Amino acid sequence: MSKSQTRVVVTGLGATTPLGGDLPSTWSALLAGESGIRPLRWEGVEDLPVRFAATLKADPADTLPRQSLRRLDRNQAIALIAAREAWADAGFAPSRGGKPQKGMDKAGVDGGFDMDLDRLGVVVSSGIGGLHTALNSYDVYREKGWARVSPFTVPMLMPNGASGHVGIEFGATAGSHALVSACASSGEAIGYAIDMIRAGRADVIICGGTEACIHPLQMASFGSMRALSTRNDEPERASRPYDKNRDGFVLGEGAAVMILEREEHARARGAQIYGIASGAGYSNDAYDIVLPEPTGSGQAKAMQRALVDAGLEASDIIHINAHATSTPAGDVAELASIKAGLGEEVAAKVVVTATKSMTGHLLGGAGALESIFTILALKEGLVPFVANLEDLDDEADLDIVRDEPRKLPDGPAAALSNSFGFGGHNVSVAFERAL
Amino acid sequence: MADIATEQQILDGLAEIIDDIVGIDKSEVTPEKNFIDDLDIDSLSMVEIAVAAQDQFGVEIPDDELRNLKTVKDVVNFVQNHEAAAKS
Repeated sequence: MSKSQTRVVVTGLGATTPLGGDLPSTWSALLAGESGIRPLRWEGVEDLPVRFAATLKADPADTLPRQSLRRLDRNQAIALIAAREAWADAGFAPSRGGKPQKGMDKAGVDGGFDMDLDRLGVVVSSGIGGLHTALNSYDVYREKGWARVSPFTVPMLMPNGASGHVGIEFGATAGSHALVSACASSGEAIGYAIDMIRAGRADVIICGGTEACIHPLQMASFGSMRALSTRNDEPERASRPYDKNRDGFVLGEGAAVMILEREEHARARGAQIYGIASGAGYSNDAYDIVLPEPTGSGQAKAMQRALVDAGLEASDIIHINAHATSTPAGDVAELASIKAGLGEEVAAKVVVTATKSMTGHLLGGAGALESIFTILALKEGLVPFVANLEDLDDEADLDIVRDEPRKLPDGPAAALSNSFGFGGHNVSVAFERAL
Repeated sequence: MADIATEQQILDGLAEIIDDIVGIDKSEVTPEKNFIDDLDIDSLSMVEIAVAAQDQFGVEIPDDELRNLKTVKDVVNFVQNHEAAAKS
């Protein structure tokens, strides 16, 4: 099937994360095992059960002018920053900053490769949307009345706002989409983008995910679910997937964007090729709105369907970037799903990592960021290790990377990036090394 | 009687608001400029500018009036006329 269909390649990458203001700094910090998790310094933070999070390393205000930030929610601002990096990395001419200018073409077409903007699409997801905007605007309303509420409140709080802004920035007219499925959102965004190119609706897609909802209400809400780690005395060691003493996930913020491109299109313009976006598999637990289905069959199905969609055999998979959020139940349940999905024999050989140990959990940004890590691991032949893994859970009986990055063998190689979201959404995205 | 701002003071204040909200340099904001055609200011930004102008000059600009204020001079004149009415 998919061996005969259109191949989709990855030609540009960008990110702004708790580990770095761009992708190169993020990747080197990740390989070094650094933590992006820090104490929160808010007024009143002492009343919260959790007083730390994986906050952005670089302030968006260092990159974007104040006037732009007035009309962009934080999740939208960072999506734009990551998209610009990915776009430039793919070898396209810089955009003109997104403002349609009279008598001129829109962004991105001057100087460099002549991209047909009707063949350029956007799929950028956010799981939560503009939470800061919604809450801050409500404060303004209560204190000063409706007339002082920013007229940009609606476009700032809507979860498709980031996709809309990225589309305007680059003049992408093939379509702009924002799949919303909690922590599976941007894994699904990549899958949808692959399908758009395969279906012939676009040649190039700017796709990824973004999240910025580290707000007292979120700390209270996830805290009230007992979902977050409460290791307040050692924030940088709080996210510890597969460790016996893990006690919950750490909320993170950030954006990750990649350029996906029809292979012939990329080759015709001589683009660098990071890897192949081979396919995606989905499933729905249809079990509980927040709890994963206990046998893990839904997660296993997503991985199996990713293999089918990608035209791969289970034995082609040598690496998995696990969803692994550092919750007591979720981490080991996923390992069981990997065994069920790939078979015990293959699963025993797969090199598993959990990068949320360093980035925290970016919710709607997680799938795209971890997909980028998966692509780089295949390309560079180096898998980041799981940080804070001191005392391995007895049930964590797969090959989990510890203490130092793991070298991968040369030659043909494929990998999966898993993301599972509240609501029951499971997605697994398959990538192959470009040879 | 309270101080009434001069035309130049209103123009300067408006230019400062426009710079703050949409990032257009103050020197660009001259009386004859049309907000949409010359300064490329969209309608939602105009709402923000109008609200900021109301706060600064103490003059209400109703929505149906705002629609008729096409140029910088239109706003300056509107503020000047209504400021005088409000404070005299």
